[in-house]
Amino acid sequence: MRRRLFALTAPLTALLLLSACSGGSSDGGAADEGPRPGEKVELNFWSWAPEMDKTVEAWNSTHPDIQVTVNKQDGGDTAVTKLLTAIKAGSGAPDLMQAEYQAIPTMVGAGALADIKGNLSGEAQGHFGDGVWNAVTLGSDAVYAVPQDSAPLMFYYRSDVFEKLKIDVPTTWDEYAEAARRIHADDPKTFLGTFSANDAGLFAGLTQQNGASWWGIDGDSWSVAIDADPAKKVAQYWGDLVQEGVIDNTPMYTPAWNSALNKGTQVGWVSAVWAPGVLAGNAADTEGKWKVAPVPQWTEGANVTGAWGGSATAVTSQSKNKAAAAQFAEWLNTSADGVKALATVSNVYPADTQNSAAALSEPPAFFKDQKDFYDIAASVAGGIAPFTYGPNTNVAYSAFNDAFGKAAQGKKSADFLSALTTMQATTVDDLKSAGFNVK
Amino acid sequence: MTSLTQDPPVTRRSRFRAAPYGFMLPAVLLFVFTIAVPIGYTAYLSLRTVKVQGLGLGPGGRTEVWAGLSNYGKTLSDGDFLASVLRVAGYGLVVIPVMLGLALLFALLLDSVRVRGRRFSRLVIFMPYAVPAVISSLLWGFLYLPAVSPFTYAAERVGVTLPEPMAPGLVLFAIANIAVWGGVGFNMIVLYTALRSIPSELYEAARLDGCGEIQIAWRVKVPIVLPSLIMTGVFGMITTLQVFAEPTVLRPLTNTISTSWSPLMMIYRDAFTRNDIYSASATSVVLAVATFALSFGFLRLVQNRAFAQENR
Repeated sequence: MRRRLFALTAPLTALLLLSACSGGSSDGGAADEGPRPGEKVELNFWSWAPEMDKTVEAWNSTHPDIQVTVNKQDGGDTAVTKLLTAIKAGSGAPDLMQAEYQAIPTMVGAGALADIKGNLSGEAQGHFGDGVWNAVTLGSDAVYAVPQDSAPLMFYYRSDVFEKLKIDVPTTWDEYAEAARRIHADDPKTFLGTFSANDAGLFAGLTQQNGASWWGIDGDSWSVAIDADPAKKVAQYWGDLVQEGVIDNTPMYTPAWNSALNKGTQVGWVSAVWAPGVLAGNAADTEGKWKVAPVPQWTEGANVTGAWGGSATAVTSQSKNKAAAAQFAEWLNTSADGVKALATVSNVYPADTQNSAAALSEPPAFFKDQKDFYDIAASVAGGIAPFTYGPNTNVAYSAFNDAFGKAAQGKKSADFLSALTTMQATTVDDLKSAGFNVK
Repeated sequence: MTSLTQDPPVTRRSRFRAAPYGFMLPAVLLFVFTIAVPIGYTAYLSLRTVKVQGLGLGPGGRTEVWAGLSNYGKTLSDGDFLASVLRVAGYGLVVIPVMLGLALLFALLLDSVRVRGRRFSRLVIFMPYAVPAVISSLLWGFLYLPAVSPFTYAAERVGVTLPEPMAPGLVLFAIANIAVWGGVGFNMIVLYTALRSIPSELYEAARLDGCGEIQIAWRVKVPIVLPSLIMTGVFGMITTLQVFAEPTVLRPLTNTISTSWSPLMMIYRDAFTRNDIYSASATSVVLAVATFALSFGFLRLVQNRAFAQENR
């Protein structure tokens, strides 16, 4: 019985101890003129990208004065919470942190990230598309991180199933719906995809493709447009497919979903450029049967996509060596060596547009028959629509889980639209109660 | 008596007067730093909040200020919180009677004279308690998902369609089942231990009066273990209010468990997903007070019945 009690008190105790131990020291961001010649600097880097320590070795071997140690983290909200706790406590944060784009406004708002504009060379910006650059500047004069990887949405499908049923690869969402109907009609247990209420990131990316931007900055106020028309259209589209029953309504990343991918009862996946890793892990039996295509479009012939995930390398406000840290972040994400290591060792899709083509000559192992995998990815990545994340993205995302969870379970199209309204209301209320200016 | 007369002189005694306090020190320190201070800090945080200026970006965009009781107001008027409280109340009405009923039944069966393989059965019934809640929830989650469940597979083979355990109407029972599975063993051991301490003269007297085994169980054993039953009941109430691991582990597998399914999940969400430790602290305090009030209220209510023989 005690174990349950422990579950409640342990995080609070940890929080307390962290803040109690550090009550005295309040200098989060000490002044910093960069490393003096001959002085050795040790940097700590929180990252969850696979094999990041090996990627960093390339830097450590050529920069004896600035040594970077990678500290492997759990991705997503866990790492953000851990960083914010350390910032609040006044100590314990690393020098560098891998930060998902959607978490950057939250972290900037909490004073966790340093503005490294002055520490970067003038060439950094030229390596990135406008969309990802905007995500690390939040449209301001500051630069809060260097983009690391971008994650354009793409469409993955079982080419053998499409061939057997003589279905053309969908290029528009209408064709996608038609393909879903035919596949489901052929075998009622098989679906072209599922509407998962467990990950708001994919849904946000799908609305982004249709021109939605859930937040916006208007003077000194935030605006929230989660239930605006572009997102409504997307919610309605998926709601209709779920209600019709031709798209599944169960969450992704469950044992059931994994086995469906592997058994071939989920034969398509709208996902991002990192999907091959997930497919290789969960559906090993289907190797060689998958192909990738650009994500279906709302307007025929267009080339617009959204993003699902993607992250940047940020320097924290607690770092004592911000200049050195920024120098490393720039090397990792813009130099030929750094980008090559990121792409080939850590298997991420670099946000850098100048060096990534050279780094990505071979397709991912799971797609070894599709030689043009990264050509398709590159053509798609250029079309990522602009999107602004807000200072309470986490609140909107957890509201998505609950509201769309109910809607997906009920399988009623109308509930999808009201779920969007619920998300909008929850997000706006949260901003207002915290004191943000909201328009 | 001899020891009294050979007492050490008074002076020597006073020198050691600090010793008892010294022995208490580790416990007191542990209590202060792991219980009292965190509780105090939580109470402090619950009275604070963050105020944001304008866009809330850049340094100084946010300041921590006094919130008075507004966090409590927010918690108590929050529909999600009230819903989660009602939900776990319903959950408790399922879990506690079933768990204690089974525990009592098993304890009585093990205690009956004719039982064989007592040691083995005791171990088997107790074993699930040794499985951490997270692991047992993962395990049951697998069994609940129709696509991978061996139960569904077996049922389909014989042409039966099983209901989906995590469908909206059933999910409460699905979660309750995990708690019962894990909790029966512990409660059974408590009750069984109490049963073993009943003096055998009572049974002899009852048998001389013409009681059968069932009558002995019902008229002698159950009234005597009532205090233990009440204690396990209080434990059950406390764990019910704190249900967290099972629904949290099952949540990613289904659409039917919300992020505020139980009060503790809501606290976790507010503190660690929404980064709002202030409302999370207020909700924690409310939950702690409610747990306290409920367990003590219940003990007061049943005091006379339960502990009557001790006061005799």
